Amino acid sequence: MRIILLDGKGREHELEAVEGWRVMEIIRDYGFPIVADCGGACACGTCQVEVDPAWAAKLHEPREDELDMLDQNYGGEWSRLSCQLIMTAELDGLRVRLSDIAIREAA
Amino acid sequence: MTQETISTDVVIIGAGPCGLFAVFELGLLDMKCHLIDILDKPGGQCAELYPEKPIYDIPALPVVSGQELTERLMEQAEPFGPQYHYNEMVEELEKLEDGRFRVKTDGGLVFEAKVIVIAAGGGSFQPKKPPIPGIEAYEGKSVFYSVKRMENFRNKKVLISGGGDSALDWTINLQPIAESMQLIHRRDGFRAAPDSVNKMHALVEEKKMQFHLGQIVELHGDNGQLTGVTAKGNDGNNYEIECDTLLPFFGLTMKLGPIANWGINLHENLIPVDTEKFQTSEPGIFAIGDINTYPGKLKLILSGFHEAALMSQAAVRHAYPDAKVTFQYTTSSTSLQKKLGVA
Repeated sequence: MRIILLDGKGREHELEAVEGWRVMEIIRDYGFPIVADCGGACACGTCQVEVDPAWAAKLHEPREDELDMLDQNYGGEWSRLSCQLIMTAELDGLRVRLSDIAIREAA
Repeated sequence: MTQETISTDVVIIGAGPCGLFAVFELGLLDMKCHLIDILDKPGGQCAELYPEKPIYDIPALPVVSGQELTERLMEQAEPFGPQYHYNEMVEELEKLEDGRFRVKTDGGLVFEAKVIVIAAGGGSFQPKKPPIPGIEAYEGKSVFYSVKRMENFRNKKVLISGGGDSALDWTINLQPIAESMQLIHRRDGFRAAPDSVNKMHALVEEKKMQFHLGQIVELHGDNGQLTGVTAKGNDGNNYEIECDTLLPFFGLTMKLGPIANWGINLHENLIPVDTEKFQTSEPGIFAIGDINTYPGKLKLILSGFHEAALMSQAAVRHAYPDAKVTFQYTTSSTSLQKKLGVA
């Protein structure tokens, strides 16, 4: 199971994913710039990613608290909080891009 | 502004769970504490980020909300008479010739303390800035992240950006005195009191203000004075909004802030400490909770509690080197129970 992550410079990285893990945890484990201040509680918005539009429909709809956090963090059309995306077999190969917000907050 | 200097044993920077529990542990050792926090309330991240979210890993509390944990820690600290100073950010920390420390806040408070405990979590909470290119040039002149005096916005063409309580509240409060009021938000849903949302919609109905869907992508103006913005609508098309004042309200984020200037060693925005005393590179300045780092560090509230207990033993020896410190249990020590007001 894997995630394809595009970093701030647009470079592609293949990350080994684990079923049941949050995408945020996987990206952070690899040392990419995600601070996740709140530890995955959907409360800080620093783990924002942009999901490849081709994958967006495979994800569950964001809950109200995730929408709130995207509001506060300048979310765009394809933005999600990676702490709210949990890896399943269906998401094997998920393509996401680190958001400018995540990179800025981790700087 | 001249302020009387407050003298105390300990100044604790940060009134989150670790800072609050440090009051208790220090109090058992007769150390008097003043706490300073940038927020308007105690609890730190527990109060600001997730007051309603359940926490499951506090020993003996199978489930507790951030709010309740904060209240219980306040109650536990209360016998020791801690003094709380909210809405204050510590700006300066310097060592005095007599070995004590002087602390100055942005609100003009001055403290002198034998010991400093930094329990500042992720640093200080500061307004989130929207990622609009060049916004810095306008900040403080025509872009503001908070409202200090409403009068400053009289007869202004105000644009507010955001969808939370602050955005809605200030839209409603400033609308009567502003020349014009506009609100922009990325969706037609708000995380604000329903009553405020209704009031805003009513003002739009009465043509007293405008509401735009979209996000600001560009600012226009000269020498820090805004004349308008370009916004991107949800249909992907850009449009212009005329305004001379912008108030972005996107909540708070944590930044290390002035701690970086205090002359203590840092490592990747964290404060390295030893695991015996939880002392920083400067003797007498301790760091506990999320802000510190050491081999094996876990950012857990319960780790911070442990750190507070060990730090307190070291802190009292630093503050009163000649005093005899005996280790006692609250279950059996009459003297500790007297301090707690239960004996």
